[in-house]
Amino acid sequence: MNGTSQLSYAFVVFISAIFTQNILLSYFLGLCPFIGVSREIKAAFGLGLAVIFVMTSTSLLNWVAYHFVLEPLDLHFFRFIMFIIIIAAFVQFTEMVIERYSPTLYQRLGVFLPLITVNCAILGASLFMVIRDYTFLVTVGYGLGSGIGWFLAIIAMAGIRQRLSNERIPRGLQGPGITLIIAGLMALAFIGFTGVLQGN
Amino acid sequence: MFLAVLIAVGVVSSIGAGLAAVLVVSEHFFANYGQCKITVNEERDFTIEGGKDLLSVLTGEKLFIPSACGGRGTCGLCKLKVLEGAGPLLPTEEPYLEKDERESNVRLACQVKVRQDLKIEIPKELLAIQEYTCKCTDIQDLTHDMKQFRFELIEPKTIDYIPGQYIQLLTPAYEKSSEEVYRAYSISSDPADKGAIELIIRLVPGGICTTYCFEYLKEGDQMKMNGPYGDFRLSETEAPIVFIAGGSGMAPIKCILHHMKNTDNQRKATYFFGANKVKELCLSDSMSQFESDLANFKYMPVVTSVEEGESWDGEKGLVTEAVERNLKEAEKCEAYLCGSPGMIDAAIKVLKKMGVTNDRIFYDKFE
Repeated sequence: MNGTSQLSYAFVVFISAIFTQNILLSYFLGLCPFIGVSREIKAAFGLGLAVIFVMTSTSLLNWVAYHFVLEPLDLHFFRFIMFIIIIAAFVQFTEMVIERYSPTLYQRLGVFLPLITVNCAILGASLFMVIRDYTFLVTVGYGLGSGIGWFLAIIAMAGIRQRLSNERIPRGLQGPGITLIIAGLMALAFIGFTGVLQGN
Repeated sequence: MFLAVLIAVGVVSSIGAGLAAVLVVSEHFFANYGQCKITVNEERDFTIEGGKDLLSVLTGEKLFIPSACGGRGTCGLCKLKVLEGAGPLLPTEEPYLEKDERESNVRLACQVKVRQDLKIEIPKELLAIQEYTCKCTDIQDLTHDMKQFRFELIEPKTIDYIPGQYIQLLTPAYEKSSEEVYRAYSISSDPADKGAIELIIRLVPGGICTTYCFEYLKEGDQMKMNGPYGDFRLSETEAPIVFIAGGSGMAPIKCILHHMKNTDNQRKATYFFGANKVKELCLSDSMSQFESDLANFKYMPVVTSVEEGESWDGEKGLVTEAVERNLKEAEKCEAYLCGSPGMIDAAIKVLKKMGVTNDRIFYDKFE
């Protein structure tokens, strides 16, 4: 593939990661914070932003680690441990930097940043990037797209749940019950995007 | 095969070690705020290692700022002015600060992190706050769930406080609580007695400090406390006084009465003390002593429900009902309330209905 087609492929992957292959709504990864932190838009917004940032950065870091360390040494089976360690260290590092240079942002993100370490969507994105054999450029598109997709999904869910808070919901369905049903409906809606893009 | 395992282990460990090293190095650069100088009221300053929150730094320097939540940012008590170096207002502080406070740089000490040189202003009365080591010398039962504790001061040997103020008692870690906690109690003793203080404590089921005082504290034990705090105090006007208290709300009122006696205060004063049952009344002897010592003081205990077999010819019903029935010329009075939030809110409602304006109602809510 030459440079231009690489770029256009990366763009297609980027768009499809947001809509047709949304990591949350088609792969159901990162469900725990999706259900836990989607009660109000403000919190969901903070977490969503943190996910975009961490997902993009860690999938790039993991790409480098995988292709320059694990692959040459034939240690593919170590990628789970590797990726987790790198994600954890990166989150720690980011936390320190943000605390130093932007205390306001640090307070706003609060507990979300460390929480992301154990968000399986982050690890999932890195693993997909390996399985699908993406190049570095495509990984940029994929990481960013997946992050934005996750962000969109949780914001939409928070919006819906804020409206639902004034509705009467049968007792057995309150809380996570109705949230999972909504997630299912949203996933169905997102299937509507299938076929919009060729090449994934 | 063996080599492969060795390589694998080596690679993973070295990557882990590498990342750990990066973190350690970056912590050295990013989380190291160096030496920071804190200037207090432009009078004294001290230098500390940066990176910690202001409240614990000040506590370490023996400057005690009131705080009920232990630095979690939920009580909003540790307000002080940070003139320079605090950085932007944090979302965690916003709910506790009024507009004029924000404009005059008031911050919550527990949320401000020391990252550079700070200039702060601590109110004069807080500078008088000290930490005291004391010995429990006497424990008296007042009712089935209230006790009076006497603590003699060891170091410093004397305490000056304004009658109505409170201290914070440090409960050490013990069987039922793994960490030290501070709890606030009003001083009930005679302010002329500077070498000791007395506290009236009501047992809170499951309470960390009250359980300790009731079940573990023995005469002769040493404890630590700091204070005095609070702005609940008698005004200097000549207006007639109405005291309303319930339960351990007795403490600051008793202290104020001692003070009135010491200064030969002639103000007209009525004290409504509410109890649920006859057996919950306490310190009746001291109160009748005050009645004979003070020229214009009247003590009026009120019992909500009299049980069979008990004889009671005093006021009956809720304390607020007794106030409504007995208080004359309420609009001229100053009211001093002390007790549970429920009682205080009810009393404020009744007093307002009787014509007492807001600026004449003073209270100390025990929450």
